[in-house]
Amino acid sequence: MSLLVSAYFSALMFGLGLGLAGMTLPSKVIGFLDVTGDWDPSLAFVMIGAIAIHSISYRLITKRDSPILTSNFHLPTKRQIDWKLICGSVLFGAGWGLGGFCPGPAIVASVSLDPSALAFLGSMIAGTYLHQFINKSFLAKEG
Amino acid sequence: MNIDAFTMPLAGGILIGLSASLLLLLKGRVFGVSGILAGALVPKAGDTAWRVAALVGLVSAGFLLLLVRPQSLAIVTDGSYGRYIGAGLLVGFGTQLGSGCTSGHGVCGISRLSPRSIAATFTFVGAGMLMVALMRAMGVL
Repeated sequence: MSLLVSAYFSALMFGLGLGLAGMTLPSKVIGFLDVTGDWDPSLAFVMIGAIAIHSISYRLITKRDSPILTSNFHLPTKRQIDWKLICGSVLFGAGWGLGGFCPGPAIVASVSLDPSALAFLGSMIAGTYLHQFINKSFLAKEG
Repeated sequence: MNIDAFTMPLAGGILIGLSASLLLLLKGRVFGVSGILAGALVPKAGDTAWRVAALVGLVSAGFLLLLVRPQSLAIVTDGSYGRYIGAGLLVGFGTQLGSGCTSGHGVCGISRLSPRSIAATFTFVGAGMLMVALMRAMGVL
């Protein structure tokens, strides 16, 4: 139960941060990416703030033997930069620029019931399943 | 440039950094939204409930924002479904193939100085800028 409550409250705080920062507004996000037009660099400060905090706290937290509520840290261990990472990131970036939503803000913004936001969220879920299907059928075989 | 325009993004960013730290401290998990979502959509025994709780947390944040700061959700779009459906498919598929999004790679991964996350973040920000530049060139924006 405490695990669920901690996941819930972390995500609640995270979502509030996204909203305060302006990440839930596609026009703002597209303005940040619009370097050849009317560039609005302010969203760079979202990453600066988040990384400033997390790069320090990450080091302090992982000095512990274990998290408070579970027995192990689950951190990615892969270090190799492969074609999946790069191609996936190209596709993600293209979609981010096209719609102005990335996954977290899309979920938070769905509450607005804006039809575009809902269309985005629905197809993002479909895209996630599509990858699952293709991965199982084709990609997994090559390891 | 107006300094106030930077304080809210910075404050939001700090809150994001703190909440990612909270999840790591309590549960030992990376706060990556695309990964949390995928794990909830394709459930594995014993690893689903916390993901659903986190998704409910994000939705609750949306409701709270509607109450206290509705301008955060005052979404203005051009109303074309095709554009957002295409964008959603690219983001859903791309984040799975690339093992992460703005939160997992951009915030958590860069904070760990993960070479994969640094490469991914430069790639998706670059691809996003290119896409917006293309949309500008084609007169969509």
